[in-house]
Amino acid sequence: MTEPLKIAGASETPLNLQRTDFISDQEVRWCPGCGDYSILFQVQSVLPKLNIPRENLVFVSGIGCSSRFPYYMNTYGFHTIHGRAPTIATGIKVANPDLSVWIITGDGDGLSIGGNHFIHALRRNLDVNVLLFNNRIYGLTKGQYSPTSEFGKKTKSSPMGSIERPINPLCMAIASEATFVARSIDVDTKHLAATIERAARHKGVSFIEIYQNCNIFNDGAYKPISDKEVRAENMLYLEHGKPMVFGRDRNKGIRLNGIKPEVVTLGENGVTEDDLLIHDESAADPTLAYLLTQMDFPSFPVPMGVFRNVFKPTFEELNAQQIEMAMARGRGSLEKLLNSGDTWVIE
Amino acid sequence: MSSTAILGNAEEKIQEVTSVTIRFAGDSGDGMQLTGTQFTNTAALLGNDISTLPDFPAEIRAPQGSLPGVSGFQVNFSSLDIRTPGDEPDVLVAMNPAALKVNLPDLHEGGILIVNENEFIKSNLDKAGYVSNPLTDGSLKGYRLISIPITDLTYNALTEIEMTKRNKERCKNFFALGIVFALFDRPLEPTYRWIDQKFGAKPEIAEANRRTLKAGYDYADTTEIFTTHYRVRKASLPPGKYRKITGNEATALGFVAAAELTGRPLFYGSYPITPASDILHELSRLKNFGVKSFQAEDEIAAMGAAIGAAFAGHIGLTGTSGPGVCLKSEAIGLAVMTELPVVIVNVQRGGPSTGLPTKTEQADLLQALYGRNGECPVAVVAPASPSDCFHMAVEAVRLAVTFMTPVFYLSDGYIANGAEPWKIPQLSELPAMRQALRQDPTGFLPYERDEQTLSRPWAVPGTPGLEHRIGGLEKQHRTGNVSYDPANHDFMVRLRAEKIARIANHIPDLTVEGDPEGDLLILGWGGTYGAIATATEELRRQGYRVSNAHLRYLNPFPRNLGDALKRFKRVAVAELNLGQLNLLIRSAFLTDTVSINKVAGKPFKISELIARCKALL
Repeated sequence: MTEPLKIAGASETPLNLQRTDFISDQEVRWCPGCGDYSILFQVQSVLPKLNIPRENLVFVSGIGCSSRFPYYMNTYGFHTIHGRAPTIATGIKVANPDLSVWIITGDGDGLSIGGNHFIHALRRNLDVNVLLFNNRIYGLTKGQYSPTSEFGKKTKSSPMGSIERPINPLCMAIASEATFVARSIDVDTKHLAATIERAARHKGVSFIEIYQNCNIFNDGAYKPISDKEVRAENMLYLEHGKPMVFGRDRNKGIRLNGIKPEVVTLGENGVTEDDLLIHDESAADPTLAYLLTQMDFPSFPVPMGVFRNVFKPTFEELNAQQIEMAMARGRGSLEKLLNSGDTWVIE
Repeated sequence: MSSTAILGNAEEKIQEVTSVTIRFAGDSGDGMQLTGTQFTNTAALLGNDISTLPDFPAEIRAPQGSLPGVSGFQVNFSSLDIRTPGDEPDVLVAMNPAALKVNLPDLHEGGILIVNENEFIKSNLDKAGYVSNPLTDGSLKGYRLISIPITDLTYNALTEIEMTKRNKERCKNFFALGIVFALFDRPLEPTYRWIDQKFGAKPEIAEANRRTLKAGYDYADTTEIFTTHYRVRKASLPPGKYRKITGNEATALGFVAAAELTGRPLFYGSYPITPASDILHELSRLKNFGVKSFQAEDEIAAMGAAIGAAFAGHIGLTGTSGPGVCLKSEAIGLAVMTELPVVIVNVQRGGPSTGLPTKTEQADLLQALYGRNGECPVAVVAPASPSDCFHMAVEAVRLAVTFMTPVFYLSDGYIANGAEPWKIPQLSELPAMRQALRQDPTGFLPYERDEQTLSRPWAVPGTPGLEHRIGGLEKQHRTGNVSYDPANHDFMVRLRAEKIARIANHIPDLTVEGDPEGDLLILGWGGTYGAIATATEELRRQGYRVSNAHLRYLNPFPRNLGDALKRFKRVAVAELNLGQLNLLIRSAFLTDTVSINKVAGKPFKISELIARCKALL
């Protein structure tokens, strides 16, 4: 599908930027082997394609391992406070809609302490890109369970197992009326880069949940689905307008049985591609997207790619329009404003 | 009521008086705030000095006829220069038994008491806790009781109008207003104009209100319920053009003016909270000034958005009350660390916790100064009166952009909702404060310092060559890079403190009113100015060597403060808390000041300040 609208902050003339133009002079300090390196690399690789000059880019983060991200970008950046990146990004974007604003957050920052702002930034449909690094653990505070940790997860703060059910970030995003919702993973660099680029080109809020491995406190969290040998079997790559096919031999698919998805094998019991669910990321109704978020390993392959992609006016545009309309009726005069209402003169 | 002369003839006595305080009181659904406001507007237009005190319950509609549901509006109008809404009403309008019960203790002996006798029925008397009817049991004989069947007379006035009984009844506050207008010989035209403007789309409601107002006026004018009518002449205020203004209105206008003066757009992020919401309403209307108002999802988001807007080159404002400041504290620390120009408006109310949302207090001073983790200095200013809010809002922005710092602006419920005449300033009288953003990339470092103010450059996204990263982690001096170096941290903590301290070189000296030395100095801050100035003036008139001084800049203090204090035998700090400024003064100047305080959710009365001062003399 076409993405017709201009990317905020992009230049009309080619800038010929390189990945290296986006590398700051600060030493990257994530643990060796951290999935964050891959995400940083992919963002820096995608940016030249967007033709946005460095001065028009702002990376805003909260607190956590992922939130060190802005320091490593040779752009404007704001490392804010825990959970509040969406609030600061909102102020930046409303003040200057011509900036390309990115929110970098994690499962704790975005879904626990910052859960409220997360919801509201998405529902307002600010034209910002939200990258949520989901490693299902608190890394910076050294290994407590997070809101996306599995039930029963044993961590330092849950030695007998977590008794909390995990939150599903994509469900939250869809429930919050986000207009672009996607999932990708640190180890599938090509898919990650492509997803980031699509998110950046989307006008309106774009949200990507990025499965990211914390090799210190939660190593191998995604191994069962992301290992090269099992990836094709355990992941479902979503493609708009295409039937949902997966498997090493591309012989498995997702069929709808009533309102429930089920895994079927092509050629078995007369099942053909025509029986399979066709992905429609731009459906006005979010039901299909929601249904896909419920598919999880091991009962289902884990869907990867764009779940939802619809267009709605952005918050900052509507805000600017109201100001324009008010201004069109006459730019305010301070003199008149101060002298408004009933006045009287004392001589 | 203070009188100066008696005019008139035997049939109709007109007595001239200098100052009158009226309190309109009724059920919270009775429209008492509106009634009081209309009376005030007319008084202002006639050239009286005015000062008002709305006093309403936190509940929108507390149970009808109950004591907690009583809403009051007090207005003091005068031919003299007045600064407070008056200690005690001369006239009390009580629309029901509960309003009488709550307000009668404040009415001074011999005061005029106008009641709506239709409401003094058994069920209402019970709700107010009256065992017998005070209108008939003789308990009101110390007052000039004027008992009028206001509800019945309102119905009578509206017999020809097609309207539900309920809607007719709702007009009764205008009948009461008409009576009071007649008592004080006031014209009805300003209220007619307001009615037409307000109910233009509903002509039958407009007509009903006009008729009721006129009926009330005529009733009081033709029946001889008042043996005397009163007249209050124009006040001799300094020449100029005036309008009536509340503190919240003046605050909003001050910020808009400041934005024009700096040339930077205004961003106001706020979450609705009593008593600050009116600033949000006011600024939301002013989109034609380019004002960007943002109703955030919570207090933290409002602060965060203001910080983001400031980073992007706007004047970042947020407005709230004490509970909201608690939530914003961490983000205010971020603004201190990132040195961005934001103003935090705290319209203080009674605390702690939810406290008394609609009542006034000054107990958030220490919170503003110290309510954050770490050594986290901010500038603090406080307007002294409703009209002073305009000036101090401009000042708050001036300091924020000049010093690249968060500034606390401490208003309070009393001045925020209170109104007084405001001499409209000429634009040329406002301070020049054009603010340039950094453009030149040559030698740019995000934390380099202006030698004089120690402020850092305002370098905003979108500017080529100035790309940089800021955040809450400690900054290396000049480069702004993250630094964990112990010596650098020590240096930066002191630098941030020094930057705020240097603001003292850019604010006016403290003015002492009265003699610059004497037996007693009353030091105040914020919204208590009117009461303190009036009380000390009265004491001086009585021959006491008492002066007063009022702090509008609380951090840093004006440079001459210590010297001003030394010139008095005693210094008393008067404030609506348990001695917060007093604590600061004692620690800053090692001086044995005493505290005059009150935490009742109400402003100081002039009489109580006079008594407290006399006890110290």
